[in-house]
Amino acid sequence: MSAEAPLFGLVLTGGASTRMQRDKAVIEYHGQSQLQWTFHLLSHVCAATFVSVRPDQREEPTRAGFPQIVDRQPGIGPIAGISAALHAHPKAAWLVVACDLPFLNEQTLRYLVEHRDSSKIATAFKSSHDGLPEPLCAIWEPAAREPVLAFIAAGKQCPRKFLINADTLLLDLPDARALDNVNTADEYRSTVAAFGGQAPDQRSRPESTTAAVSGTQVASTDTKPRTLRVQYYAILREQAGRGEETLDTTAATPAELYDELRRRHPFQLNPAQLKVALNSEFSDWQTPLRHGDTVVFIPPVAGG
Amino acid sequence: MKPFSFSTTPLALDSYRRELADDAAGGYASFEGWVRNHNEGHAVTRLEYEAFEALANKEGERIVNEAIARFGVLKAACVHRVGSLAIGDVAVWVGVSSKHRAEAFAACRYIIDEVKHRVPIWKKEHYVNGDSGWVNCERCAVPGHDHAHEHPHAHDHDH
Repeated sequence: MSAEAPLFGLVLTGGASTRMQRDKAVIEYHGQSQLQWTFHLLSHVCAATFVSVRPDQREEPTRAGFPQIVDRQPGIGPIAGISAALHAHPKAAWLVVACDLPFLNEQTLRYLVEHRDSSKIATAFKSSHDGLPEPLCAIWEPAAREPVLAFIAAGKQCPRKFLINADTLLLDLPDARALDNVNTADEYRSTVAAFGGQAPDQRSRPESTTAAVSGTQVASTDTKPRTLRVQYYAILREQAGRGEETLDTTAATPAELYDELRRRHPFQLNPAQLKVALNSEFSDWQTPLRHGDTVVFIPPVAGG
Repeated sequence: MKPFSFSTTPLALDSYRRELADDAAGGYASFEGWVRNHNEGHAVTRLEYEAFEALANKEGERIVNEAIARFGVLKAACVHRVGSLAIGDVAVWVGVSSKHRAEAFAACRYIIDEVKHRVPIWKKEHYVNGDSGWVNCERCAVPGHDHAHEHPHAHDHDH
């Protein structure tokens, strides 16, 4: 491990999002652009941090002020940015992070860095949705440079597919929703509402992190389990296989509770797609839960 | 009648209309939502509506009261079906009586638009080929990265 390559950070800023109808790098969830926020996050854990841009994005105002690495083969998606970084600093390993991950926090990045295996091609998290590697919050080692070039030369572009077929160390996410992304204008609005003005790295969720990291369900010392009733409707009712359940939990907020439920039920909807009701009234993701509360997670509605 | 309610049986449109009658009213506007036989290119055979009624009744009542206050109409109400519906069934009714037609149309439009977006009601479509799906929850809820969807090739992960 003494020969471990220094870790540099790369923010992928992507192209225009057709479903968001706006540039994801410029969107604000935390009182600053996602690009600025992600860059800042990476600079806490990396020796140097860069922003990946296409040649035509170099002068774009949000991107212009940052150290840049310019795609050499634009038009093939994020793999071009990863390849350009591996080429620009061939002795560095790259912590590559997409800028459309508003739930990402420093804890999750530190977990990845601490569990990095530099003898592999890459260290990545397993998607909490399908168990496949998440290429856009992963450490790419210098040894990835040649295989990535060969992969592109063979006409392939999907970085996820590259990691599936490479010697990749896969880690379980300590926070199941940390890599949920936001793709539509509706999800954007509910994500902003879910944060309620607080950045996700300021939201303390010690119970879920402790439990996942140690592999056991360790309750935090200052939180007594509460008994809650959870009611399910529509697609969540079908995926949970029940209309309601009563459970004892140390989850302190609906956000923590949904994290916990997602480990037990095959829920596919992201928190950003849901609303929350407490005791038959709309609530938000950070409202403290009390013993005896009835909680409903509301999937996208379709009356009329 | 209640500003907002659910019905498990076919909607009694004539009786709702009579409930909104008012000597000061110069007109009545209504909207009926009907179950149609297709959605987004799929042939639909029937629908199921499900609601979180405790919250839906409160939110529906807020919407109707907002419309009355905002447009100055005399009376307004909305009734929504739950359960299994066939093609042609009336799924939702909105009625407004007012002094003049402009605010009746506007209030009616406001209520149906807000109900569709704010009230916790879900719709499951059953298709001709035997499939079914929750509207707004499944086709747009594919997990994973946008980047993947922007790729020109199919995602055939060979693992």
